[in-house]
Amino acid sequence: MLAIARQRILGQSFQKIRPAVSVLRSYSSAAKQITVREALNSALDEEMSADPKVFLMGEEVGEYQGAYKITKGLLEKYGPERVLDTPITEAGFTGIGVGAAYYGLKPVVEFMTFNFSMQAIDHIINSAAKSNYMSAGQISVPIVFRGPNGAAAGVGAQHSQCYASWYASCPGLKVLSPYNSEDARGLLKAAIRDPDPVVFLENELLYGESFPVSDEVLDSSFCIPIGKAKIEREGKDVTITAFSKMVGYALKAAEILEKDGIHAEVINLRSIRPLDRSTINASVRKTNRLVTVEEGFPQHGVGAEICASVVEESFAYLDAPVERIAGADVPMPYAANLERMAVPQIEDIVRAARRACYRSVPLAAAA
Amino acid sequence: MALSYLRSSSSRSANLLRPLSSAASLRRPISTDTTPITIETSVPFTSHQCEAPSRSVETNPSELLTFFRDMALMRRMEIAADSLYKAKLIRGFCHLYDGQEAVAVGMEAAITKKDCIITAYRDHCTFVGRGGTLLEVFAELMGRQAGCSKGKGGSMHFYKKDSNFYGGHGIVGAQVPLGCGLAFAQKYSKDESVTFALYGDGAANQGQLFEALNISALWDLPAILVCENNHYGMGTAEWRAAKSPAYYKRGDYVPGLKVDGMDALAVKQACKFAKEHALKNGPIILEMDTYRYHGHSMSDPGSTYRTRDEISGIRQERDPIERVRKLVLSHDLATEKELKDIEKEVRKEVDDAIAQAKESPMPEPSELFSNVYAKGLGAESFGADRKEVRATLA
Repeated sequence: MLAIARQRILGQSFQKIRPAVSVLRSYSSAAKQITVREALNSALDEEMSADPKVFLMGEEVGEYQGAYKITKGLLEKYGPERVLDTPITEAGFTGIGVGAAYYGLKPVVEFMTFNFSMQAIDHIINSAAKSNYMSAGQISVPIVFRGPNGAAAGVGAQHSQCYASWYASCPGLKVLSPYNSEDARGLLKAAIRDPDPVVFLENELLYGESFPVSDEVLDSSFCIPIGKAKIEREGKDVTITAFSKMVGYALKAAEILEKDGIHAEVINLRSIRPLDRSTINASVRKTNRLVTVEEGFPQHGVGAEICASVVEESFAYLDAPVERIAGADVPMPYAANLERMAVPQIEDIVRAARRACYRSVPLAAAA
Repeated sequence: MALSYLRSSSSRSANLLRPLSSAASLRRPISTDTTPITIETSVPFTSHQCEAPSRSVETNPSELLTFFRDMALMRRMEIAADSLYKAKLIRGFCHLYDGQEAVAVGMEAAITKKDCIITAYRDHCTFVGRGGTLLEVFAELMGRQAGCSKGKGGSMHFYKKDSNFYGGHGIVGAQVPLGCGLAFAQKYSKDESVTFALYGDGAANQGQLFEALNISALWDLPAILVCENNHYGMGTAEWRAAKSPAYYKRGDYVPGLKVDGMDALAVKQACKFAKEHALKNGPIILEMDTYRYHGHSMSDPGSTYRTRDEISGIRQERDPIERVRKLVLSHDLATEKELKDIEKEVRKEVDDAIAQAKESPMPEPSELFSNVYAKGLGAESFGADRKEVRATLA
């Protein structure tokens, strides 16, 4: 308990004096920085080392060292029986991965991006998610599906979709989405150890970003519980929920709002399914206002579920309508100016938070 | 795209090397000379479940010059795109076709614009072959209004419906069933035209390809599946991805032909053969043995899974433009200088198009909401902040 409290305080100190080296050089809090890529790579490495049943499968994960270099060095270390380069055939190799998981192995299947998971979605949903239920517990599916999700930069309509809400609507799946290096390590390790199918949604643009990590995070036993959100920044005026890259945007929005005297509480969901409704509701009961942020399409999105949950559980506590910030309701355009309009920006989050706090100008005219 | 170019015949030296079939007492301007010449393909065709066409291809000086010019244009265009990408004027993905030009050019020589072509994401040259302009290419790559998709598609999503070019697809293999669908529609409409569905060796293992092929064979669809085998699916060599890399045989009950994809005349012959076949007998597979000089995309150096010797070896031995250059010179259809002049012109055309594309503005913000539907029914659409930006879809 103490360790967690200490970690939380230290976590906040890192926020305020970022990116400087921690002044609070106490106990185990080394100011080591690692990229999300390094975090994922080390998590895979450690879990493969700890459990011989864990193996990797996907396009270019082996000899190419990973399309985004997440699996770098693992073929050399664990050999071709445990790091398998597949042909470009998602339906086929995903089915094979799920079958291997039926038998008791622990595959980690990489989708080069989650857009390509649509070719395999039948296996993810019908073969993996529902099996434990249909077999009354005989066949659990300890598989992880991982890869970059959501928008990158200029990759167009077929390569930019966020799949969080689609996968998170399906019972039987666990859906995780890390933000920083600590999340990446802890959640991936938890996912690999979990006996159920986990969809692990990374973000290409975060791979190269560095974040400070404590010794505890770097330890090979480190794990983050699935189903628990993290309060990245405490506040009392408005709750902002986000996951993945949008957590960074929400934190920057919170800094801007701070100057206006609005103290935003930023929740990093970490787990889209199970969704940590109790943390979200507890926060809204404290702040009375909610802004949900996501990159994906708005209709039937993650924010829609969060808003529904809050309206159902904490209606009396709301002092303002719930606000949703999401990707624009259009296929992702290529042109840079249109793409910028199609993806949430920090100012969108700030504006919505101000509205929720009744501190904005009247609504702009329709586009 | 033929060059309008006049030369006087008197400055020619004696044409001792001119083949008999093109002997004429008066020398006509090379660019419009349609005197038939017969040229043999580099290698004979290999066939599966069918009789291969002859390796003697009928062509003429005009066509060969057109091949040269068109391929030189495509080559220059792709190299210019490389520079633009490195200058960050092109964003996202950029998959270049240099080395594979003969497939685009040879195919067009055998077909009409009533025939359909559909391909994957390595589509810049295929688009140009269908009549797309350099301005449309560069403007699209830079995300500008003058682009073929008004800047909204990007490199992987070029289209030209008025010449039956259906894109431009980012998901590996998806274009093949789509192409079979085009063929279905052509047969349904009794159009007497065919569809060429192009895919790579990486896509050749996709299940959906075999599903669509099965149906096409059952229903006798005029579908021609063209495997542009450049031997690497991103970083994976064909032998590591396919138990049988004899892609022209993978159709099993569907006939196939293996073609030297670096020989524009062989490509032309094969496509002509395939079109005749498909109209009468249903689907056929063409495997084009080709090569890409660049890596898979601009973020792939292309040298971690191939040796530089291999790449330069192909460039020296099998380059499609050099092949045609040698043919033109050995048949005395143009001088070296004339060919170099063509290359200079083409370079200028590319440079001019880039300059023009740079002038084209970015799309209007309202374009964010256009073309979501063909018929919007007045539905509402939203920006990132739904209370700040909303639109009604017409």
